[in-house]
Amino acid sequence: MDSVAQRLSAVGAGAALELRGVTRLFGALAALTDVTITVRPGERRAVLGSNGAGKTTLFNCITGDFPPSSGTIRFFGEDVTHFPPYERIRRGLRRTYQISALFPGLTVQDNVYLACRGVSRGRFSFLRPGQNDALMSAADNLVQAVHLTGVKDQRVAELAHGQQRQLEIALALAGAPRFVLFDEPAAGLSPTERAELVEILTSLPAHIGYIIIEHDMDVALRVVESVTMMHNGRIFKEGLPQEIQSDPEVQELYLGGGHE
Amino acid sequence: MSLAHDARVTVRPAAAAQRPKLRGWPEINNPAAWIVAAILLIMPLIANGFFLIEIFATTLILGIMALSLMFLAGYGGMVSLMQLTIAGFSAYMVAVFGVSGNANISLGWPWWLAVPMALALATMFGTLGGALAVRTEGIYTIMITLAIGAAFYYFTNQNWAIFNGHTGINTVATPHFWGVNWRADIPFYYIVLAVAALCYFAVEYISRAPFGLALQGVRDNPRRMAALGFNVNAHRVAAYAFASFVAALAGVLQVWNYRQISPGSVSVGACIDILIIAVVGGITRPIGPFIGALIFVLLRTFALDFLVKLGLDGNRFRLLIGLGFLAIVFWSSDGVIGLWQSWRQRQRSGAARSSGRHGQGSGHG
Repeated sequence: MDSVAQRLSAVGAGAALELRGVTRLFGALAALTDVTITVRPGERRAVLGSNGAGKTTLFNCITGDFPPSSGTIRFFGEDVTHFPPYERIRRGLRRTYQISALFPGLTVQDNVYLACRGVSRGRFSFLRPGQNDALMSAADNLVQAVHLTGVKDQRVAELAHGQQRQLEIALALAGAPRFVLFDEPAAGLSPTERAELVEILTSLPAHIGYIIIEHDMDVALRVVESVTMMHNGRIFKEGLPQEIQSDPEVQELYLGGGHE
Repeated sequence: MSLAHDARVTVRPAAAAQRPKLRGWPEINNPAAWIVAAILLIMPLIANGFFLIEIFATTLILGIMALSLMFLAGYGGMVSLMQLTIAGFSAYMVAVFGVSGNANISLGWPWWLAVPMALALATMFGTLGGALAVRTEGIYTIMITLAIGAAFYYFTNQNWAIFNGHTGINTVATPHFWGVNWRADIPFYYIVLAVAALCYFAVEYISRAPFGLALQGVRDNPRRMAALGFNVNAHRVAAYAFASFVAALAGVLQVWNYRQISPGSVSVGACIDILIIAVVGGITRPIGPFIGALIFVLLRTFALDFLVKLGLDGNRFRLLIGLGFLAIVFWSSDGVIGLWQSWRQRQRSGAARSSGRHGQGSGHG
């Protein structure tokens, strides 16, 4: 780890997310090798890297979709390495998916309602939500926050791509998130929708930290305070956005190759 | 879950969040549903004993079994072929704990003790089977539940101590109380109708309750459900428990209907009949299984005469069911309901086109 990373992780034990030597193998292929990352509560960080750098695998290890082959993961000090995904989510971790993972047969409102219900009591309730159901109004607020109120009674299968991406974010903000993993939230969005996305991300309450995987530098570097570069399943460089942008090695590896 | 209170996310203050609409019963506004309900209620005035029991009560009993499959398959995406086995297990337990002609086996409990016992045991049986099945997906769920059904069939054939082998248990007693013989045609019809209505409305209600919504979420995307905080396997097992209870209720009615239970009633072919009923009727809505059951029972009862008239072997009524099954699966992925809905949609869009601008209003439906 270089000095910037040490500076950023100075809070030590108070870290929101702490990965130590996380490795993930798929057969003989190491998708992640010895990844060590510390993120402060409320910190906003971008993870950059070319395709196959291990960014999404990193997310899958953190949420438990694929548990790591070795290493430990701590979430707000608690060792969650062997927790199933739902236990991590109930502790305040959230994620979005690169390819929208929604419930196409249900309405927008029901999608968000499920997200609110998933992190509260009564998941097995046989009673329908009443007129004054608190989670139903929480779902209403979230639907409004991502500008989907107009289509809230439509089935998700009928939504446009941009609307599905916004719903994807709403699902990750249900309940009381403490830390969110955004996996390419801007993928396939129009410039207007990107601006809305930036607004949603920057107006999140300050205590909610996140890691964002994003290829669009205009989006990524406007909404984060630190950057981690990954390459071939390893941490390649960590630093402030401007340091990473001007780093010659990074330029050559990622920004240089005719990307912009 | 103390965190749920301190930091609720409001990205932008939702000043005037709209109240959700009352999630009412769609049936209340549907005149056809009222007509069907009225006809079912006055059926004993219209139909003779044969129609009342052999057609309508039998339809409702098979419909309840198929409803339990519809709940699992339609909402949970889990095709279970053991729903009839659970009903059969429940029927056997009523016979074993209650009163029957086989005094050496039956314990002679009164019906109000034997029935709750049978329901509890059958629900446990189905839940255990479900706990095995949820570890698999798709075709493997079908195979495991079919294996449970087949194993139970062969077990009942060979076990004489409890299940009385291939002869089964005969002359099972039916309830008599308040001076009423509840197995007489008219009272029994109303019992079956009441249980069927209860199961139908329960499934309909739960489909919009958190448990049912989450089950549909599990069907659509189990991985995302886990990433929303749901224990997906626990939800699936709970769905099996509920569906098992529904099937067990049907089993009690079945053994009272025929007053006997034998391995023939829990054969593999009968298990598959339930799947056919549910698929022919349609598995997206709870009414589907009852429509499928009515078609099945009508074919089973009258196809024989019809085939004989055509000069064919009357025992080939299954051929008709099979052809009907093929036709429906071919024309509609959602059974008879799907055919009906697409016909209605065509009518509506045809009417909308002919009346010009009205079409825009209902265009997105």
